[in-house]
Amino acid sequence: MEDTLNYTLKDFKSDNEVRWCPGCGDHAVLNAVQKAMANLGIRHENFAVISGIGCSSRFPYYMSTYGFHTIHGRAAAVASGVKCANPKLTVWEITGDGDALAIGGNHFIHVIRRNIDLNIILFNNKIYGLTKGQYSPTTDRGFVTKTSPMGTIEDPFVPGQLVLGAGGTFFARCVDNNLKHSQEIFEEAAIFKGTSVVEVLQNCVIFNDGVHQTISDPKTREEHQIFLKHGEPMIFGNNRDKGIVLEKGKLKVVQLVEGGAGINDVLIHDATDQDGFLHQSLISMKLPEFPVAMGVIRAVPSKVYNEAMDEQIAEAKAKSKIKSVDQLFASGNTWTVE
Amino acid sequence: MSIETKVIELEEVSIRFSGDSGDGMQLTGTLFSDTTSLLGNDISTFPDYPSEIRAPQGTVAGVSGFQIQFGNKKISTPGDLAHVLVAMNPAAVKANAKFMMLGGTIFYDSDSFNQKNFEKAKFVTDDPFTELNLIDYNKVPVPITQLTREALKDLEIDNKSILRSKNMFALGLICWVFSKPLDYIENYITKKFGKKELVLESNLRVLRAGYNYAWNLQHMTPRYVVHPAPIEKGLYRNISGNQATAWGILAAAEKSGLELFIGSYPITPATEVLQALAERKDLGVKSFQAEDEIAGICTTIGAAFAGDLAVTSTSGPGFALKSEALGLGVIAELPLVVVNVQRGGPSTGLPTKTEQSDLLQTLYGRNGESPVVVIAASTPSDCFHYAYMSAKIALERMVPVVLLTDGFLGNGSEPWKVPTLADLPSITPRIAKDPATFKPYKRDPKTLAREWAFPGMDGFQHRIGGLEKDEAGNVSHDPANHQLMCEIRRDKVEAVADMLPNLELVGEDSGDLLVVGWGGTLGHLDTAVRELQKKGTKISLAHFNYIKPLPGNTKEIFSKFNKIVVCELNLGQFVGYLRDKLPEHQYHQFNKVQGLPFTIQELSDHFIKLIAQ
Repeated sequence: MEDTLNYTLKDFKSDNEVRWCPGCGDHAVLNAVQKAMANLGIRHENFAVISGIGCSSRFPYYMSTYGFHTIHGRAAAVASGVKCANPKLTVWEITGDGDALAIGGNHFIHVIRRNIDLNIILFNNKIYGLTKGQYSPTTDRGFVTKTSPMGTIEDPFVPGQLVLGAGGTFFARCVDNNLKHSQEIFEEAAIFKGTSVVEVLQNCVIFNDGVHQTISDPKTREEHQIFLKHGEPMIFGNNRDKGIVLEKGKLKVVQLVEGGAGINDVLIHDATDQDGFLHQSLISMKLPEFPVAMGVIRAVPSKVYNEAMDEQIAEAKAKSKIKSVDQLFASGNTWTVE
Repeated sequence: MSIETKVIELEEVSIRFSGDSGDGMQLTGTLFSDTTSLLGNDISTFPDYPSEIRAPQGTVAGVSGFQIQFGNKKISTPGDLAHVLVAMNPAAVKANAKFMMLGGTIFYDSDSFNQKNFEKAKFVTDDPFTELNLIDYNKVPVPITQLTREALKDLEIDNKSILRSKNMFALGLICWVFSKPLDYIENYITKKFGKKELVLESNLRVLRAGYNYAWNLQHMTPRYVVHPAPIEKGLYRNISGNQATAWGILAAAEKSGLELFIGSYPITPATEVLQALAERKDLGVKSFQAEDEIAGICTTIGAAFAGDLAVTSTSGPGFALKSEALGLGVIAELPLVVVNVQRGGPSTGLPTKTEQSDLLQTLYGRNGESPVVVIAASTPSDCFHYAYMSAKIALERMVPVVLLTDGFLGNGSEPWKVPTLADLPSITPRIAKDPATFKPYKRDPKTLAREWAFPGMDGFQHRIGGLEKDEAGNVSHDPANHQLMCEIRRDKVEAVADMLPNLELVGEDSGDLLVVGWGGTLGHLDTAVRELQKKGTKISLAHFNYIKPLPGNTKEIFSKFNKIVVCELNLGQFVGYLRDKLPEHQYHQFNKVQGLPFTIQELSDHFIKLIAQ
C-alpha cells in the first residue's frame, strides 16, 4: 500500500454511460465500490474487475480499472486465473444470484474451497433481471414469476450457508441503500486475504421491486437489521435495547432491561471463530423472529491458494537442479548418436 | 550340448506385450522400448489398453497391450502386425490373434493356460490356439508363474508380490530373444526401488531368471537381431506425444519470456499433458487442476488476460464443454493454446482409443462466427514442434489456437532429437508499449493482430468482454460494426498463413494418385506411400499439419494429380472441409473409425485399387 496515493471516487469512474435502470440498486453499489477502491491505497492499475453475465455484470464497463466482462457463471474461474497469473493484483468478481449460484454454482463453491484471494460481490435481487423476470436460486418458495406462474416449488439457497458449506473463510452482508456501510464492508473484504464473499441485498426496481423492503427500509432498519462487528456485543434496535443470546444451543432475541438481566448474556461477535456453528446461525437469521445479520459475519484467516502456489514454485525452484528447458531436455535417460 | 540357435536378421520387428491390465504390460513395454532405442534402433510404440483400470481378471475386456516396432531404418509406425506376442493368459491370445503376423512367435505363460482361464476368456475348447486358427505359428509355452515363484522361493514376500513380478520374467526373456543386454533395465529398477530392498531384489532376480531361461532354452527359440538404424547425430531421448506437447509449451514460455499457466481437468488420453506441466514447478509453471473442463479453459482465459502464456488441455468431450469459453477467447482476442488429444467419440465413446473425429468440432463447434487457428501434430515427437508453434502463433497474432493430437500420438513414443532453445524460432508477444496510442482493438494493418496490455501495466487500463465491441473495446451493437468485426476476426486467422511453411510432398509433384492426410496418421500413410513408390507406383503424399488456415500452396499441389484420396480416422471430416475450401477438385476418401490406427496393408490395397479404377 502506498499512502501517497490520493485517489477519489472519480478516479475509478469510466467514460461509459451507466445504463442500469433508474432506481436500480446497482448504482449505489457501484459508488460504494469506487469509494472503497479509492481508500485502499492500492495503485489503480493493480485493480482488475471480472464479471459474469447479468445486469450487475455490466459493472466493469463503468469502472476505469482493468475489467473483463466474461460469460455466464464463469467469472469465478476467470478471476481465479487472473489472480494466480499475477497475485499482485487486487481482483474483484462481480456476480449475481443467477450467475454465481445457478449456472456458476460449481465455480462458486470451488473458488471458496480453494480460498483464492478474490473479492466476490454477490448482487442478490432474487430474480433474473436481464432476461426480464424469471425466478432465481434465491427466489423464495411460492414466489410467482414468469416461469413460475403458480409459484416456485423449490427452496432457495441462502448464499451465506453455501459459503460456509464450501469451507468459506470470509462472508459479509450489506444492503444496496446503505452506501456508507457497504463501502466499509467492501474495504474489509478487499483487505482480507482469501476468498471474500459479500452478499449485497439489492433491489431490482423493475422485476422484483421491494423484495428486500422489510429488511432495507431505512425507517425500520435498526429494528430489522443487526450490524455485527467483531469484538462487539450483538445489540440492535432503535433504542439499542435488543440483544442476541444463545439459549439451549439456539440463538434468541432478548429485550434488554435497564439495569436488569440480559446484557451480560448477549453474545460478543467473534468473526474469527474457526468453528462455523455460530456464523451459520447468524447467517440464517430471518425476519420476523430475528433481525437480518449485516456486516462481516465470518473472517477466519486461512491458507490462501495463490500464496501456496507461489510457495511451491519457489521451493521447487530452490531445490531443483533444472533451471531451464535446455537442462530439462538433457536430463534423465538420454543417449548420444555419434 | 551344442545346438545352434537360429538367428534371424530382420530390418524391423514388431513385438506385442499383452496381459491383464494389472500385469504391468505397459511398464514392460516401456522398459523394452527404452533399452532398444538406447542401443540405436529407431522405434515406434503403441499402448493399447482398456478404459477400465482393472477389468475382471482373465477376460478379454481386461487385456492391456503394448506394441513396439524397432528397426535398422526409419520406423514410422508400431507395425500393423506383430512378429512376436508375449501373452500372459489365454485372454491375451484371444484379444491379439488378429494382430499376429502369419508364422510369428507366441510366448505364453503355460501356467495360466488352464480350464478356469479358458472359461474366463470364453474359449469353448481347451485348445485356444486351434480355436483361434493359430496353426502355423511358433508357440512357445513358458511356465512363467511357476518359474517366477521358484526364483523367489527363499525371499519372504507374499503371493501377490510374487505374481506382480511375472512381467519382469517376460521382459528378461524377450531381452534375450532380441539380443538386448539388461543393464538399462537393471539400472532403472535399482533407481526406482533402491530403498525397498526386497522389491528390488525380487524384480532383479526374476528379470535375470527370465533372461537365463531363454538362454537355456535356445534350441527352441529363434533369436532375432536387428542392427542399429542410421540416425542423425545428436542427443536423443524417448518422448511420448503428451510429454512432447507439454515440453513444447514450456519451451515457448521460456523463449517468449512469459510465465506459463495451465488450467486443466484430467481426461483420458490428455491427462499426461497436465501432469507433465504440473511436475515442472521448478521452471515456474503455475498448474491449476480445475473443478471441471469449463473452469479449465476459463482460468486459462483469465491467465491470458493477466499476461501469462496460457494453456488448457483436454480431449473431445472436454473440448465440447469448453466451446462457449473458447468463443470468449475468440471475441476477446486473447492468446490461448487449447490442446485436444482426440479419442473415439461421440459422447464418452472410446476413451482409450484413437480417432480423428474432433476436426469439425474444432473448426466449427461454437456459436457465432468464431474462427480459431487449427494445427495438428503428426508424430509423438513432433507434438513438441507444433505445440511450440501453437504458442508462437497465439502470442504473435493474439488468437486462440487449437492443437489437435490424438490418443495414438499422445501415448505413443519415439526417439526425439533434443533441440536447444537457441535453435527454436523467436517468439515476440505483442505487448503494448505506448499508453498514449493504445486502444484495446487497434490492429496491425497487415496481420490484424491487436496489442496485449494486462492488469498491472500503468496507463493501459481498459475493459474487454464477450459483447461485440468497437476498436476502443466499448460495447457496440452497431450492425455495420458487427459485420466488420466478424470479417476482421476471420481475416486475422487467414492472415496466419503468411507464417506457415509451404506444404511439402513425399514423392514427385505430379502423378496418378495424391494421398492426403492430416495429423496422427502420418507414420502409416508415409510408410504405405513410400513402399508403393519403391514398386514404381506414381503416388505422392501431402500431409497437413496446418488445417486452418491451409498452407498457401495447397491448391497448386492438388492440381497436378489425376486422383486425390483423403485418408482419415473418421467418416470424412477433412475431406468435407477441403470440398468446401477447394471445391474445384474431386476427392476420394478412405475412412476408418475402429479406434485403431490405419494398417499399411489396408492403405496399400486401397491405393492400388483406386489407381486401377
